[in-house]
Amino acid sequence: MATLAVPNKPEALESQELLTRVQTDRSCRQTVLIYYTSAVFWLLLGSVLAILASLKMHIPGFLADWEWLTFGRVRPAHLNSMIYGWAVMAAIGTLLWLQARMGRVRLPLPLLLPVSGLVWNVGVAYGMIAILIGYSSSTEWLEFPVPVLGFFGFCLVLIIYATLVMMMRRKVHHTYVSQWYIYGGVLWFPFLYVSALILTQAPHINGTVRAIANWWFAHNVLGLWLTPIGLASAYYFIPKVTGRPVHSYHLSLLGFWTLALFYNWAGTHHLVGGPIPAWVITVGIVGSMMMFIPVTTVAINHHMTMLGQFHHLRTSPTLRFVVFGAMSYTLVSFHGSLAALRSFSEVAHFTHHTIAHSHLGVYCFFTMMMFGAMYYIFPRILRREWSSAPLIKVHFWTTAIGSIVYVVGLGWAGWVQGSMMNNPDIPFMDVVKYTIPWLESRSVAGTLMSVGHFVFAYLVWRMLRGDGADQQGPTLLTTARSLRKQRERKARARERAREVA
Amino acid sequence: MNRSLFIFIGVIFTVVFSLSGLVLVPDWQFSEIGQFKTADGTLYPQPLTGPPDAGRHVYMDLGCIYCHTQQVRPEGFGADIERGWGRRRTVMRDYMFDPINLTGTMRTGPDLANIGARQPSRTWQYLHLYNPVITSPGSIMPPHPFLFTVGADAAPPPDAVALPKEWQTPTAKYIIPNSRGRFLVDYLMSLDKSVDLPEAQ
Repeated sequence: MATLAVPNKPEALESQELLTRVQTDRSCRQTVLIYYTSAVFWLLLGSVLAILASLKMHIPGFLADWEWLTFGRVRPAHLNSMIYGWAVMAAIGTLLWLQARMGRVRLPLPLLLPVSGLVWNVGVAYGMIAILIGYSSSTEWLEFPVPVLGFFGFCLVLIIYATLVMMMRRKVHHTYVSQWYIYGGVLWFPFLYVSALILTQAPHINGTVRAIANWWFAHNVLGLWLTPIGLASAYYFIPKVTGRPVHSYHLSLLGFWTLALFYNWAGTHHLVGGPIPAWVITVGIVGSMMMFIPVTTVAINHHMTMLGQFHHLRTSPTLRFVVFGAMSYTLVSFHGSLAALRSFSEVAHFTHHTIAHSHLGVYCFFTMMMFGAMYYIFPRILRREWSSAPLIKVHFWTTAIGSIVYVVGLGWAGWVQGSMMNNPDIPFMDVVKYTIPWLESRSVAGTLMSVGHFVFAYLVWRMLRGDGADQQGPTLLTTARSLRKQRERKARARERAREVA
Repeated sequence: MNRSLFIFIGVIFTVVFSLSGLVLVPDWQFSEIGQFKTADGTLYPQPLTGPPDAGRHVYMDLGCIYCHTQQVRPEGFGADIERGWGRRRTVMRDYMFDPINLTGTMRTGPDLANIGARQPSRTWQYLHLYNPVITSPGSIMPPHPFLFTVGADAAPPPDAVALPKEWQTPTAKYIIPNSRGRFLVDYLMSLDKSVDLPEAQ
C-alpha cells in the first residue's frame, strides 16, 4: 500500500499548483488584456505609418501636400508608435504576467493597474498627435513632448510598485533569472527616461552633451529595458515549452551582471566621428566590445537548453517565435559590437545600415519575442485557444521572411551607400540613386511584415470573441508530415533502446 | 541570488555609474568652454535669436534631422571635408549654445552644418524647399508646398520667387514663402561653422 501512496502525493501537489496558476492567471486577466490589446493596436498604426514613410522615401511626391504626413513627421510617429505603443505595452503586459507566474502571487492593484493601461494609451496618443501636428522635440527616441512624462510616470510608479510587491510576496524563495532581468528593466527604464529628458532639454547644457545624453538613452532603452524583458521571456518560455531546465545557472548569473555593467556604457558608439571628446567614444567602443561576454553567455545558455529539442519548433507557435527572437538577439548583439568599431562606423554610420541594425534588434529580436509571449499568455489569461493554426503560420512566415528581406537588403545597401559616400569622386546624387531599388525592396518587406501584423490582430480579435473556446488542447502547428516524422523518430528511439538492451 | 535588495542596489549602481561617467563628467569637463574671439574681434559662436531661432523650430517640427546631419567629421575619417561640407571638423564649441541636439545620425541627404555658407542663395533655398527636384534633379527629399502660397498674377508681389519656365503652370507662375518658410530659410542661412577654431586644426 505504501508504494501506492507515493504517487498520490505529487498529484495532490500538482493540482494545488494548477489551482494557484489558474488564480494568478485570472488576477492578471484585465491588466494584461488592456496592455496587450492596446499594444496590438499601436502595432497596426505603427505598421501603416511605416509603410507611408517607406513609400515616401522612394516616391517623394506621395501625399506631399499634407504637412502632418510629411516624411519628417511620419517617420518619428512610426518609431514612437512602435516603441512606446507596441513594444513597451507588450513588455509591461508580459513582465506583469511573468512576475505573477514565477512568484506564484496574484497581481496586486487590481483596479489601478488596468487604469494605468488606459493612462499609458492616453500618453502615447497625446505624444503621437503632438509629433504629427509639429510639436516634436526633435530628439531621437524622445520626440514626445515633456508633459507625456506625467502619463508615463503615473504608470511606471504603479508598475515599479507592483513589481516590488510581487518580489516581496513571492511564494518561491528562489528567484529565477527572468525575475532579475524584469526587476532590472523595471527600475532602469524610468531612471533612463527622466534623466535623459532633463539632460536633452534643460537649459544651459552644452549641445554635444545633449547628444551624448540622447544616445546614452536611446541605446539603453533597448539594452536595459527591451532587452531584459525580451531575455526574461526567452529564459522563461524556452525551458517552459521544451520542459528542460536552463542549461547553466552560473552562466545566466554572469550574463545578467555583465549586461548591467557593460551595456550602460555602449551608447556613445552612435557618435563615432562626431564633435564629442574622443575618450567618450572610446569608452563607448570598449563597452560595446565587452558586450560579447553577456551575449555569448546568453547564446550558449539558450542554445544548450534547446539542444535536442529543436523538433518542438515544428509544433509550438510560442517556441518558434521565441527561438527566432533569441537567435536574432545573438546576431544583433554581435553585429552591434562590430558596428561600434571606428573603421566599421566610418562606413556604416549615417546610412541605412543603422536602420537595418535597429530593425534586427527591435523587430527580429524583441517584437518576435513578444509575439511568442503573447501566443503563450493570451490562452492562459482567457482560458481559450487560438482559433487557427494555419493563420499562426501565415503570421510567422510573413514576419520572418519580411524582416529578413528588410534587414539583409537594407544592411547591404547601407554598407554600399556608406562606401560610396566616403569616396568624394562619386557625386552625392549617385549615392541617392543607388539606394532607391533597395528602398523599394524595403517597402515590399515592410508590407509583408504588416500583412503578418494584421493576421495576428485578426487572431487576437477572434481570441477575444472566443472563437477557439471549444477547442480541446493547445493550438499546435502540427501537420500530417510533422506527425509522421515524430512517429518515425519515436520508432527509431525505441529501436536504439532495444539494440542497447 | 535571492536577495532582492542586492539586485536593487546593483541595478541602480550600474546605471548611475554610466550616467555620471558618460554624461555628467563631459558636461563638467567642458563647462569651461567659452566663446572664441575671432581676428576681427567678434565672438563665435552666438546663440540664435529672432527669425533664425524661430526657423530652428520649423527645422525641428518638420523632422529635418531624420535625413540631414549637422556635423563635419575630421579629415581622414569619411569624406566630409572632401565633399565640401565644411572647411574643418566641427567641435564641441560649435554647439555650445544649442538648446536641442540637432547633430543628427542619418545622411539620406547631405550634411547641413555649413549650408548657409555653401548655398547662400535664398532663391535657391526657396525653390529647393518648394520642390527639391527643381534645383536637384533626382532628389528624394519630400516637397514642402505647405511652406508657400502660389500665384500667377501678371504683377507678382515683391517677395515672390519666380518658378523656372519649365515648372510654371497656368495657376502657378511664382511662389511666396509664408512666415514659417522664411524663418526656415533664415535658420539655414545661419548655419555656418567655418570660423577657424584652434581646437579644430
